[in-house]
Amino acid sequence: MMYKKIQITLLIPILIGTTGCASLGVEPWERDLLSKKEMSLNAEPIDAALDDHIYFSKEASSGGKGFGGGGCGCN
Amino acid sequence: MKNKIDKTNIKAALTIATTALLGTNNLAQAESTSTSAEENTWEFDSAFLFYSEVDRVSAGEAIFNAKKTFDNEEVLNLKLTIDALTGASANGAVAQPTVQTFTRPSGNGQYEIAPGDTPLDDTFHDTRVQLNGQWTQPLAPDYTASGGVHISKEYDYLSLGVNGNIAIDFDRKNSTFSAGFSYFQDTFTPEGGIPKPFASMLIGDSNDPSWDDDFAKTRIGSEDDKSTADILLGFTQVINRRMLMQFNYSYSMVEGYLTDPFKILSVVDNDGAAQDYIYESRPDSRTKQSIYAQSLYHFDTTVLDVSYRYMWDDWEITSHTIDSRLRIPLGDSFGTESYLQPHLRVYQQSAADFYRPFLLESDPLPAFASADYRIGEMTAFTVGIKYGMLVNNGHELSFRLEYYRQTPTDAGFNEPGILKDVELYPTVDAIIAQVTYSF
Repeated sequence: MMYKKIQITLLIPILIGTTGCASLGVEPWERDLLSKKEMSLNAEPIDAALDDHIYFSKEASSGGKGFGGGGCGCN
Repeated sequence: MKNKIDKTNIKAALTIATTALLGTNNLAQAESTSTSAEENTWEFDSAFLFYSEVDRVSAGEAIFNAKKTFDNEEVLNLKLTIDALTGASANGAVAQPTVQTFTRPSGNGQYEIAPGDTPLDDTFHDTRVQLNGQWTQPLAPDYTASGGVHISKEYDYLSLGVNGNIAIDFDRKNSTFSAGFSYFQDTFTPEGGIPKPFASMLIGDSNDPSWDDDFAKTRIGSEDDKSTADILLGFTQVINRRMLMQFNYSYSMVEGYLTDPFKILSVVDNDGAAQDYIYESRPDSRTKQSIYAQSLYHFDTTVLDVSYRYMWDDWEITSHTIDSRLRIPLGDSFGTESYLQPHLRVYQQSAADFYRPFLLESDPLPAFASADYRIGEMTAFTVGIKYGMLVNNGHELSFRLEYYRQTPTDAGFNEPGILKDVELYPTVDAIIAQVTYSF
C-alpha cells in the first residue's frame, strides 16, 4: 500500500512533466530570437566573472548561477 | 549587383538555419550582420574594471579571454585575470568616543583610529594573477562535456581548482539537463601568520625587545588551508520563441580555515567601552545550498534578463538576490549599431549565528564569534548602466558604470552605554567602472 503510494507520488510529476512539456519549446526554425547572443543565459561572461568576484568578496553568498567555489583570499 | 545581394542573403539564411538546427543558442554565430562562419577562429575579450569604495578599498582588475571554436564544435577557453587591491578595510572593532590603537596584522607597527570613526586597517594591498582553462566538446549527439582548471596566486594566497560538467539535451534541444562538480584547494599564508582564535591583540611598543616573542604567542602557525567541493544541477527549458528559463540547485561544502586572520572583535564593558580586542574565530566547515532561477524574455526589440537566488547555509545565513538587466537596442541612431543596458541588483542577507558586532566582557566567550559585517545582517543594491556599440568588423566596445551600496543593519543586539552614540553599522558605497572590448 505504502509502496504504491510512493509509486503514484513519483509518477505524478513525471506525467505532469512529460505532458506539460509537450506544449513548451520551439521547432528548430523558430530559433531566430533564441539564437541571438543576448538571449543566451550567460550573455556577458566577462561582466559576470567580474561581478562574481566583487560580490564574493563583499557578501556572504556566492555561486548559484555557476560554481561559487574558492578562488581568492579576498573574502 | 542584384546577384551579390541575393548571394549574401542566402549565406545569411544558411548561417541562421545551421545554428538553428544545431540549437547552439549559447554561441554567438547568429549575429544577423555576420555572414561568415566563425568556426576555427579565435575570439577575444578584454576588459578593465575599476572598483572604488568611499574611504576604503580600491581595486583594478583586468581580464583577457581567448576562445577558439574548432570544426567539430569543440571549444577551448583561456582566461587571464590580474587584479590589484589597495586601501582600508574594517578590522571588526567598534567605534569609540576615544582614540583607539591597533596592531597591524604583520605585528610590525600600529595604527590609530580617531574618536567616532569605524576602525579601518589601511594596510591592505594585494596583487593577484589567475589563470583559467576550459575545454568543452560534444560527446555524442545531445551530450556535451566540459572540464576546466583554475589557478590563482596572491602574495599570501594560493588557490587551485578543477571542474567538470555534462549537459544532456532533449526534446529538440528545448530542454537541457546539466550536472557539474568543482573542487578547490586553497592555501592561506597571511602576513604575520595565523592568529590564535580569541587571543588578545598585542598592543604596545613594537620596538620593545620582548615584542616579537610576545607577538608570536598570539600565533598558531604560518599557514592554513581550506577545500571547497561544489555540486551544481541545472535544468534549462525553452518556453517559446521569445522565452528561456533556467533552474539550478547547488550544494557547496567548505572545510578548513574559514576564519579571517585580519579580523578582530571589541570586548566591551557594561558601558560599551572597549577593554580588549580579540581575534575572531569561525567554525571549520560550512555547507551552503542555493536555488537559482533565471529567465530571458525577448520583447519586440528589447531583451529582459531576470534572475533570483535563494541561498541558505548551516551558519544560519540566508540570502535573497534579484538581478535584472534590460537590453535596449538603439539601432544605428548614433551612426553605429549600439545598445543601452540598465542594471538593477538587490541583495539581502541575514546574520550568521555566531556574528557579534562586539562581545560583552561580562558574558562567557561563545564557541565562535566574528564581527565581520559581511556575515552580519545586510541589504545591498546596485544600479548601473552599460552602453555598448558595434565598431568595425563586428568588434564590440562597451562601457559600464555602476553604483553599489551596502547597508549593514542591526540584527537585534543591545548596545550598551557609549555604543549607542557611535555608528556600529556604517554603510559602504562603491563605484564600479568597466571598459570591455571584444574582437
